[in-house]
Amino acid sequence: MNAPLPKRKLKVATTSLAGCFGCHMSFLDIDERILDLVELVEFDRSPITDIKHCSPDCDIGIIEGGVCNAENVHVLHEFRKNCKILIAMGACAINGGLPAQRNSLDIRDILAAVYAQPGRGVHIPNDPEIPLLLNEVHPLHEVVRIDYFLPGCPPSGDAIWKFLTDLLAGRTPTLGHGLIHYD
Amino acid sequence: MPGVNSNGVDEDAVIGEVLSRHQSDPTRLMQILREVQERIDWLSPDTLTKVAEGTRLPRGRVEGVAGFYHFFHTEPLGRYRMLWSDNITDRMAGNADLMARMCKKLWLKPGRVSEDGLVSVDTTSCTGLGDQGPALLVNYRPVTRMTPERVDRIVELIRHKTPVAEWPAEFFKVEDNIRRKDALLGADFQPGDALKALKSPQEVLDAVKESGLRGRGGAGFSTGQKWEFCRAAVGTGAHPAHYVVCNADEGEPGTFKDRVLLSSYADMVFEGMTVSGYVIGARKGFVYLRGEYRYLLEPLNAVLEKRRAAKLLGKSILGRTGFDFDIEIHLGAGAYVCGEETALLESLEGKRGVPRKRPPFPVTSGYLGQPTAVNNVETLASAALIAAKGATWYKSIGTPKSAGTKILSISGDCERPGIYEYPYGVKVSQVLADCGAHDTQACQIAGASGLCVAPNEFGRRIAFEDIPTGGSFMVFDNTRDMFQVARNFAHFFVHESCGFCTPCRVGTTLLANAMDKIDGGHGGEYDINDIWRVIRTLKTASHCGLGQTAGNCVADTLQKFRPSYELRLNVRDFEPAFDLDKALSKMREVTGRDDPGAHFHIAHRKSRAGIGTKAGDPA
Repeated sequence: MNAPLPKRKLKVATTSLAGCFGCHMSFLDIDERILDLVELVEFDRSPITDIKHCSPDCDIGIIEGGVCNAENVHVLHEFRKNCKILIAMGACAINGGLPAQRNSLDIRDILAAVYAQPGRGVHIPNDPEIPLLLNEVHPLHEVVRIDYFLPGCPPSGDAIWKFLTDLLAGRTPTLGHGLIHYD
Repeated sequence: MPGVNSNGVDEDAVIGEVLSRHQSDPTRLMQILREVQERIDWLSPDTLTKVAEGTRLPRGRVEGVAGFYHFFHTEPLGRYRMLWSDNITDRMAGNADLMARMCKKLWLKPGRVSEDGLVSVDTTSCTGLGDQGPALLVNYRPVTRMTPERVDRIVELIRHKTPVAEWPAEFFKVEDNIRRKDALLGADFQPGDALKALKSPQEVLDAVKESGLRGRGGAGFSTGQKWEFCRAAVGTGAHPAHYVVCNADEGEPGTFKDRVLLSSYADMVFEGMTVSGYVIGARKGFVYLRGEYRYLLEPLNAVLEKRRAAKLLGKSILGRTGFDFDIEIHLGAGAYVCGEETALLESLEGKRGVPRKRPPFPVTSGYLGQPTAVNNVETLASAALIAAKGATWYKSIGTPKSAGTKILSISGDCERPGIYEYPYGVKVSQVLADCGAHDTQACQIAGASGLCVAPNEFGRRIAFEDIPTGGSFMVFDNTRDMFQVARNFAHFFVHESCGFCTPCRVGTTLLANAMDKIDGGHGGEYDINDIWRVIRTLKTASHCGLGQTAGNCVADTLQKFRPSYELRLNVRDFEPAFDLDKALSKMREVTGRDDPGAHFHIAHRKSRAGIGTKAGDPA
């Protein structure tokens, strides 16, 4: 690993909002390099640690998925409040992605169609425990300030590795040829 | 009867007739599609298949072309297609209210076709009538000086299904509005004057070079040099040839001088083309006429006929053996990008108007890969004048690096909008005084992609040394909101980006979205930074000049009219692009919930000032 070691371990939080966890799976594709990574960083709130809330002094927040419901908004706000640098990872975080396909339809019509039961009318699940859906799915940067965008569907393990090692070493991350795929 | 449509037109017969008139030549695809559409209202999938079969082109190619151009429609848009010119000057003249009035009276939403399939109403980019707007295209024929009364009369005519050909002629009256003539517009020039004065091609070329004539489209390349390169280039393939192309795709918002030149000075333009053909050794010339000027096609063809009869065109011009040259007019179909010369050539070959890579430049590899000299309408008219009256005389006009005169198309906030011809070097302040502009806070010179000039710069000059321009000159007085001017242009580029390269296709949309966000009262410093980032990418990464200049007006107004942005900004560092709480409205309605979990309780944003902000609800 070429990057100079930081004086202290940086705190990294990750989450998946309206995503498929594919970006997180791709993250794991950095394989054994994750051992190098944990020398440099400490994972805070993340599916990897199962910590439920961000520490107030996180350095980097990595977010997969767009914003489709009220809970997503709260989680995103928590990340923005507690992380110095926020990264939108993957197509859904950057553009809304597949979940945003529903934006061309009215959410009321979708629910009416999905929860219609033959002969028994429409019963849309309704409980304070269930977060309300937003009228439309939004990319992260429409809801909070985002510092970096890591494109891909998903970004490859190599792309994520390059991006993070750049960032940790103080270089503006660039992926360059071969690490950006749109197909 | 098979093949006969609801209007009683035999579609097969029409397609067959049009194809045979164009010898089913695939390079004439644009003209074929336009003529077919003029007769049968729209281009159905079936029609496209037949045209593809006739021209032996892949069907995808034909559909690709039909889908590219704004004035081709692959779905029915009604027997009456109403397109309101939507340049900023049309907006300032009140086109939005007039269009809303028209839609209301026709029970229509903009962009939709009426249920009986009779009429549709929409907007289009600047139609080149900025001196007599608000303007409207009715089935691609311009109606000028729209008023509420005129809207009402048109609605009546549509309701009574009166054919457009029977509408009052006064609606379609397009004035020249020439306010100031100089060397070109005031010249004593008779058809043939330039051709009768011709010496050897080399001598004519030397004269054009000596005159210092530079391209009038705005870029200012030396015309003589262009002709010299083209003359020296060798044609290739089985049918080597040279071509002359006159760029009359006058699409830059706010310019209309080519419309006037082609209306009242067509002989001078055609003669310039003939001179160019003589110099470079071409036997054929094309005028690429923008679709918005369709109404000029018949008058221009009549001028061409007259010139043929007078031996000023055709074989052995003026009795000189070997001097053969003829001109054909090719109509565009509503694509701004085709003003870029390589996109224009693509279009001329019957393709989508996507700019080519340069080099090779058109002078060596242009129309059909042959050496081609592409010049602006005004350049060619000036060349005719130089051929007739000499280089020395021409060079004495203007400034050392900008010989001759420039025709300005002046519109916006002034008493006398119209055409003004000046020797190069005229000050902006002089132009403003002449056109009767008062309390001017800005001029947008050279169109949406040009330069926004603030009052402290009104001492600057129109010349290649200082402010180069294709001729668009829009005036904004103190009552105007320069942010909205820039926002209008940002949307213009979204519409006109050809979509070929990602920086321009995506960048123009990001820019317009950011402007809309600020307009909606959701903007912060973050968005201004973002705008600069997008403009930088547009400028450095776009494939052609369209994308490279698409951010100019926003950049200029951000620098020179920064408060018009700042007063709209939110004090917070970042504001969502939409109202978060309203984004839950539909689910609250569906579930009946109103508990704290069904709301976002976020400190409410405060605008620093009320101007321009509105309670938008984009969600």
